[in-house]
Amino acid sequence: MDINEFITHFAEQFEETELSEFKPETKFKELDEYCSLIALKLIAMVDEEYDITIKGNDIRNSNTIEDLFNIVKNKE
Amino acid sequence: MYNPYSLEGKTILITGASSGIGRATAIECSKLGARCIITARNQERLQQTLNQLEGDGHIQIFADLTKKDELENLINQTPKIDGLVNSAGIVYSKPITFIKQDDLDKIFSINTYAPIILTKSLIKQKKINKRGSIVIISSIASDTQTPGNTIYGMAKSALACFTRYCALELAQNKIRVNSIHPGMINTEMTANICISKEEIEIDKNTYPLKRYGEPQEIAWAIIYLLSDASSFVTGSKLTIDGGKSLI
Ligand SMILES: NC(=O)c1ccc[n+]([C@@H]2O[C@H](COP(=O)([O-])OP(=O)(O)OC[C@H]3O[C@@H](n4cnc5c(N)ncnc54)[C@H](OP(=O)(O)O)[C@@H]3O)[C@@H](O)[C@H]2O)c1
Repeated sequence: MDINEFITHFAEQFEETELSEFKPETKFKELDEYCSLIALKLIAMVDEEYDITIKGNDIRNSNTIEDLFNIVKNKE
Repeated sequence: MYNPYSLEGKTILITGASSGIGRATAIECSKLGARCIITARNQERLQQTLNQLEGDGHIQIFADLTKKDELENLINQTPKIDGLVNSAGIVYSKPITFIKQDDLDKIFSINTYAPIILTKSLIKQKKINKRGSIVIISSIASDTQTPGNTIYGMAKSALACFTRYCALELAQNKIRVNSIHPGMINTEMTANICISKEEIEIDKNTYPLKRYGEPQEIAWAIIYLLSDASSFVTGSKLTIDGGKSLI
């Protein structure tokens, strides 16, 4: 699994946020656009792109994009 | 003792009885004198419900309501009943852009098709006694929207619609059919759906009564609809949501 590819998919769930804002160390919950619907989209994206099931808990336990990436990677 | 809500002498079939609202309903029904037929898939959890029932003669039947043979077996094993509570269901969130045909099939199978086929089959086999009562657990999601809840909301709307048609057609059999529309209730179902504890607290605050409901608070309404106290009530929709749909 590649983090850059993950970030691309991650960013696709947002409509307003500049692409340059999405970095491994980005604290995504602090992005203005972040909301519960985006959390749901992230869960669905991981399922669709990686065939991996993550839960609300996994989002809850991640601060940065890289945290979430690592959770997904560990479930591979 | 005078009690128009008594279920003494009634046999009630309750689906989804291994957890949450279904379990609380079975326990409360037994306390009011009903004989309960309880059903679900998980043997351990259904047994735990059975252990908590008061009185004798209760039966448990394991069935996955989405599997044709298991549903048929349940229908065949069910004795004559006076009440049916359709509580089995699952919650599922999927933003619209990610919805697949499989998601639709999965949710509609258990939340909509299973209660329709179960209800229909029991009527057709004349297993529901005259003056019987059918209670369908829909949700406030049938008429209010929260992001990601599309399929669940549609499935619950379909069920609410089924309730009204069923009430009309089954009036001929003197069987009443009503739906209950709960807001958030503290059960297994709600334990894992919100994103964070803070969000749950914020959400609770959107309820005029500033909390989520308890399974017994739904069970008591179900009991009203099962009992002779509601003998003139059919085709109605009872919202139980701490005032959530007012705002
Ligand atoms: N909790 C809420 O906030 C809320 C709000 C509005 C409406 N509702 C509705 O109320 C009903 C009960 O919900 P709950 O909160 O009590 O949920 P719950 O605690 O998760 O219980 C759901 C029950 O459904 C059964 N079930 C699920 N899939 C099944 C299948 N394929 N075959 C047979 N049984 C199945 C489960 O048993 P097994 O796993 O053992 O099979 C369990 O007993 C549902 O229809 C739900 O949509 C709940």
